[in-house]
Amino acid sequence: MTDIAFILNGTPLSVSAEPTRTLLDFLREDRGLTGTKEGCNEGDCGACTVMVADETGPRALNACLLFLPQLQGKEVRTVEGLAAPDGRLHPVQRAMIDEHGSQCGFCTPGIVMSLAVAHATGCRDHDDTLAGNLCRCTGYAPIIRAAQAAETEPQPHWLPSFTLPQISSGGTVSGGSPSPGGAVANARPAGGHGGADSPPAAASRPTSVEELARLYEARPEATLIAGATDVGLWVTKELRDLPTPIFLGAIPELRRIDDEDGQLRVGAMVTIAELRAALAPRLPAFAELLRRFASVQIRNAATIGGNIANGSPIGDTPPALIALGATLHLRRGEERRSLPIEAFFLDYRKQDRRPGEFVEAVTIPTEAPGLRCYKLSKRFDQDISAVCGCFNIGLDEGHVVSARVAFGGMAGIPKRASAVEAGLIGRPWTLATLEAARPAFAEDFTPLSDMRASAAYRLEAAANMLTRVFHDLDGGRVSVLEVGA
Amino acid sequence: MSLGKPLPHDAAPLHVTGAARYVDDIPTPRGTLHLAFGLSPVAHGEILSLDLDPVRRAPGVVRVIGPDDLDPMPDCSPSTHDEPLLARGCVHYAGQPLFLVVAESHRAARRAARLARPGIRPLPAILTVDEALAAGSRFEEGPVVWEKGRAAEAIAAAPHRVEGSMEVGGQEHFYLEGQVALALPQEGGDMHVHSSTQHPTEIQHKVAHALGLPMSAVRVEVRRMGGGFGGKESQGNALAIACALAARMTGRPCKMRYDRDDDMIITGKRHDLRIDYRAGFDAEGRLSGVEFRHLFRCGWSQDLSLPVADRAMLHADNAYHLPAVRIESHRLRTHSQSATAFRGFGGPQGMIGIERVMDHVAHALGRDPLAVRQANFYAPMAEGGQERCAPEPGTRPGALPPDPRDISARMKEEDAAARKRLGAEEVDLTSRGAEAIGHELPPPVPEGVQTTPYHMPVEDFIGDALVAALAERAGYARRRAEIAEWNRQSPILKRGLAITPVKFGISFTLTWLNQAGALVHIYQDGSVHLNHGGTEMGQGLFQKVAQVAAAELGLPVEAVKITPTDTGKVPNTSATAASSGSDLNGMAVRAACVTLRERLADLVAGRHQARAEEVRFEEGRVRVGGADLSFADVAAMAYQARVPLSATGYYRTPKIVWDRLKGRGRPFFYFAYGAAVSEVVIDSLTGENRILRADILHDTGSSLNPALDLGQIEGGYVQGAGWLTTEELVWDGEGRLRTHAPSTYKIPACSDRPRIFNVALWDRPNPEETVGRSKAVGEPPFMLGISVLMALSDAVAACGDGSVYPALDAPATPERILMAVRRQRG
Repeated sequence: MTDIAFILNGTPLSVSAEPTRTLLDFLREDRGLTGTKEGCNEGDCGACTVMVADETGPRALNACLLFLPQLQGKEVRTVEGLAAPDGRLHPVQRAMIDEHGSQCGFCTPGIVMSLAVAHATGCRDHDDTLAGNLCRCTGYAPIIRAAQAAETEPQPHWLPSFTLPQISSGGTVSGGSPSPGGAVANARPAGGHGGADSPPAAASRPTSVEELARLYEARPEATLIAGATDVGLWVTKELRDLPTPIFLGAIPELRRIDDEDGQLRVGAMVTIAELRAALAPRLPAFAELLRRFASVQIRNAATIGGNIANGSPIGDTPPALIALGATLHLRRGEERRSLPIEAFFLDYRKQDRRPGEFVEAVTIPTEAPGLRCYKLSKRFDQDISAVCGCFNIGLDEGHVVSARVAFGGMAGIPKRASAVEAGLIGRPWTLATLEAARPAFAEDFTPLSDMRASAAYRLEAAANMLTRVFHDLDGGRVSVLEVGA
Repeated sequence: MSLGKPLPHDAAPLHVTGAARYVDDIPTPRGTLHLAFGLSPVAHGEILSLDLDPVRRAPGVVRVIGPDDLDPMPDCSPSTHDEPLLARGCVHYAGQPLFLVVAESHRAARRAARLARPGIRPLPAILTVDEALAAGSRFEEGPVVWEKGRAAEAIAAAPHRVEGSMEVGGQEHFYLEGQVALALPQEGGDMHVHSSTQHPTEIQHKVAHALGLPMSAVRVEVRRMGGGFGGKESQGNALAIACALAARMTGRPCKMRYDRDDDMIITGKRHDLRIDYRAGFDAEGRLSGVEFRHLFRCGWSQDLSLPVADRAMLHADNAYHLPAVRIESHRLRTHSQSATAFRGFGGPQGMIGIERVMDHVAHALGRDPLAVRQANFYAPMAEGGQERCAPEPGTRPGALPPDPRDISARMKEEDAAARKRLGAEEVDLTSRGAEAIGHELPPPVPEGVQTTPYHMPVEDFIGDALVAALAERAGYARRRAEIAEWNRQSPILKRGLAITPVKFGISFTLTWLNQAGALVHIYQDGSVHLNHGGTEMGQGLFQKVAQVAAAELGLPVEAVKITPTDTGKVPNTSATAASSGSDLNGMAVRAACVTLRERLADLVAGRHQARAEEVRFEEGRVRVGGADLSFADVAAMAYQARVPLSATGYYRTPKIVWDRLKGRGRPFFYFAYGAAVSEVVIDSLTGENRILRADILHDTGSSLNPALDLGQIEGGYVQGAGWLTTEELVWDGEGRLRTHAPSTYKIPACSDRPRIFNVALWDRPNPEETVGRSKAVGEPPFMLGISVLMALSDAVAACGDGSVYPALDAPATPERILMAVRRQRG
C-alpha cells in the first residue's frame, strides 16, 4: 500500500492504495464516481478521460492508465466536477446538448473532458483534441459543432484558473522545480524510499536522479513507471503484479529540455506532448509525426524515455531519432554512458541496457532541413504504425551527400536502412537513383505479416516512400492530408 | 405540438454530466459477486480435460462453474438451441466460454479465469467460406435460391456481360459500453435482471429457461445501452444467463461485464462474405439479367444468420429493377465467432453486391456510373403516392395466378422438420432467429407495377427524384469533370467521386415480430408515466416516443416521464431492431394515449355539455367551449370521477405477408430511401486515403425529430464508411482473432469524418400510415457509406488507363488500395 495525496474535484484527498490501482478503478469502485467510463481499459477509446492539473496546467489523461501514485500532488477533475455546484453547466456541456453531440452517451463524459481541457488551454484543433476519443454513434460531426460553439465562451469562474503549459516555442519546459500550493503542498510525499531493506512490494517515488540511480542499482528487478501508457497495460490487460514499482514523476532533472549547441538534450521524462512543442519550430517533420503519435491523452502521459526504453519495433520516436543521429544517455548508479541510439536496439524487445541501468536523456540534433517522416497506419489518427519511415537526406548541388534512413515496423527493432543509404549517397538526386535503390529494401528488411499489414505491403510502401521523399523535398504535394474537396 | 421538433436527446443533460446510469453504474448491494468466463484458446478441438483447481484456489474466487456443474446445460441461442453456455465435449471457436468464475471482484474473476489448464486436442478447423463449402459445413440443407425470370438466359443473350467476385469484411460493433448484466435474486426464486440488451424479452425468456422458471418469474429492466447496433440483440444472453445461474447458486447478486478484449473475442460480429456475380446488360448499362452467389461466413452457431442472409437477398436489388435475377445464398458454418445482427442486418451485404455490379458495368462501358444507376432505377412512385395503387389482398384484377408450388410437399416436410427441431415449449417466438411456420398467400401484384426479386411491388420509389436532387445539390457532374482534370495533373494523389442510392425495406421479416405494446399512466397530479417495449441505445427512441405521447395528450414533452424498458410493464416485446423502434412503439404509445385522451374528453365533454370530439388537448390545457382547464385539474377530476387513468396501447404493422422459404410476398410495409455523394483522395504510393466531402439526402418521411434523424444519418454514414475502409477484422491461421481491441481494430476516429459533410432530410410524408407519417431511420443511412467504397474504386481507376476494373475488396485498407493501384499500373 502506498499513501497518495491529491485533489479530487476540488476536495483534497489522502488515500492509501495499491500502487498499481488505476485512477479509473478508484473513481468507479471506491468513490462511486461512475461518470468516468471504461470503454477499453487500454487508453485507446478515451471514455475514461479526466482532467489532471499541476503547475504546468491542465491536461487530458486516460484514467485507465494512470496509477494513483502518479497523481501525487496533482488536481484531478472528473465529469462530475465540471458543472458548477449549483448545476450550471460548463460551456462544452451546454454545447454538447444544444448541438446534439451525444447519442448513446457512453463516450460523452470523456469527450466532454477532452473538450473542457482544450477549452481551458485555448486549443481549437478539435480533430487533434478528440483523436483519442472514439464515438461510435454520431460520426463526430455534431461533437465538432459543439466544440466550435463553445470556443468563444469564457472559462467558467467556478473552475480554477489554470496556468497554461509553460512550453514556449523556444522549447524548454519550465517547472523543473515543482511549486505546488495549497493543500497539496502539505501532502506527504508518497511511499517509502525503497532502500534495500524495504519490503519488495513498496513503491518508491524518488525526487532526484541520484536517488533513482541508487534505488534502481539496488533493485534492478524494479519496474520503472514513467507515463504508464505501456506499463499500465501490464496491469489492466496482462493482469500482472508489478514488483517494486518506481515512479519517476517527481524527478525534475528528467523533465528538462536543454538547448546544447543546436542540439536538444531531452530528459527521459519529457512527455511526447512537450517534445512535440519543443520540436515544432526546429524539426516540423518530426513534430508532425508526433502529432500522429497516439492521442492527446497518451502524448500527455507517454515519455520519450519510455518510448525508447521499451524497445518496441513500432514505437514512433526511434526511427526519427535514428535518422537524426540522436545520442542516448544511460546511467547505472554513478556510471554514465552514451551511445548512438540505433546501437541501443539489439534484437526484438532486447536492448543494450544492463540491469539497474536506465535512460536518462537523449540528445537530438536539430539541424536537419531534409528530414521527412512518414507514418503508415490503417487509420490516420491514434493508430500504431504499420510502417514508419524517416529520411534525413542531405543534398548538395543535386547530389546526395548524406543519408540516414530508418524504419519502424520493418524489422524486430527500429532499424537503419543501410543498404538503401549506400544506394543513395554520392549519387545524383533523381528518380532513376531512387529506382535503382529500391531493391536495397529487401536487403535491409524482411518484414513480418501481421494484423496491421502484410510483409509485401510493408516492403512496397516503404520503397515507395523514396518516391514520396523525392517529390516532398521538391516541394510537391505528397500527402492526402494536403488535399481539399 | 411536439412532433417534428428538433429536441435534444432526452438524456443529453445526464450524458454530459456523467449522471446517465448504465448497467455497470448501478450501485450494487453489498456482497455482489463478479463473473468472468474462461475461454478456449483453440478454434476447434476435443476437450480432454479441464483442470479448474488452480482457478478455485485463486484469491477472491467464490465459486467456479464448469460444464459438469450444469445439467441441463443452459442454452444461449436465439434460434435453434445450438449455443451451450459452456462448451462441453468440443470447442467450436477460439474464445468459446469453457467455464465460469464467480469472485469477489471483477479483477479477481478475470485473473482466476486465466489459471485454468484446459487439455484440448485440436481438430481441423474450418475457417474460410471455401473450406466450409468444400466440407459441406453449412446451416440448412443447401443454399437458399430465389429466382425471378430466367437470369442465366438473359445474361447469355445480353450484348455485354461482366462477372466478378468481391470479398466483403465483417465488422465489430464496438459499442462503447461492453456487454454487461446484473442479476439480483428475489424472494421465492424470482430473478430481476439488468441487462444491456436490445431485447429484454429475449433475456427474460433465456434466463427463465435456464432457471426452469416461468417467464413471469423473471423481470428484465433496461434503462439504456451505451450503443447496440445489433450487437446486443442476442449477444447479451450468455452474460444474463451466467449471472442468473450464479445468483441462484450463491444467493448473492451477480454482475458480469466483458473486458473489451473478451467482448471482441467472444461475441459475434457482422457477417463477412464473398459475393460472386454475373450480369448481362445493354449499351446503356441497363441490366437484363443478374446472378448473385452469397457465401456467408456464419461462424459456429446459427444465431440470427438465416434472417440476416435472407435480408441480404432482400436487398440484392437495392434501388434497381432487375427483370431477371437469381440469388443463391449459402449460410456456411465455420469455427469462428457466431456472426450476428449488425445495423442493416444483411442489407448492407446484399446492397453492396448490386452497387458493385453497377460500378463494374459503368467501368466496362466507360459510362458515368450515375447514368448507369439511373438507367436501372425502379419506376417512380405514382402521383399521389401509394393510396392509388395499394391493393387489398385478392381484390386487384390482373393478379398473378397462385404459384403452383404453394402447397408443395417439400414445404410441408420443412415445416414438420422445423416444428420437430424447435420443440413446442422451447420455441423462442420473439427472436428473429425463430422460424416462421405458417404461410399466408402473398397479395397479388397490381398490373404494370415493377416487383422486387421477391415479387413485392415497388410502389413508393422516390430514388430517382431524390438522387437527381442530390446530384444537383452536390454539383456531381461539375465535380466529376473537375476531378478528372485534377487527376490528370496529379501523378501521385488521385481523387474519386461516387453517388450511391439506398432503398431499405422496413419491417421485421419474421412477420409476427411486427407488433408492440405500451403502457401509459396519468397520475392524479396530471403527470404522465410512459413505458413501451422499445429500448434506448442512443438513437433517441425514448424522446421520439415521448414526443408522440406529448402530442396526443397536448402536453409539453417535459411533462412526459420516460421510464426504463421493463418486461414487467410491457410484455412480449420485440427486439429494438430492424429500424422498427419508433414505428412500432410510437404507434403503440399513440394508441394508449388516444385511449386515455378519449376517456378524459368524454368526462370533460359531459361536464360542459359538449361532444367529446370538441374537446381540445393543447399546451397543457384541456379546452372545450369556453372552458379552459389545466391537464392536472382534468386528471384530478377523472380520478375523483373514477375514470381509469392507465391504459395499454398496442400496434401491429398492416399489409405485410412473407414466405421466406419461397422468397415471395410483401415482407416490408414500406421502403426508406437515401443517397450519398462521396469524394475521396488516395495516395497511389501508400494507399492512404481520406474522405474529402460527403453530401447526403435522406428520406425520413415527415421526421418526428429532425435533429435525432440527422444524428442517425451522420453517424450511420460514418459507421458504414468505417466498415468499408479502416475496420478490418483479422484472424490468424489458427482461427484466433488478432484484432480484439481498439489498439488493433480501428473504427473511424474524429478526423475520419468527411471534411465537408452536408446532410439534408428529404422531408416528405410517408405514403403509408406510420406514426406521424415518419419513416424509420436507424439502419438505412448505414448503407450510404457504400458510396465511399465506390469513390475509392473511382480513384483507383484513375491510376490506370481504363482497361482494368479496380475490383476493390472491402475493407479498402491502405494495403488493399495500394494493391489495386498496382493492378492498374500492371
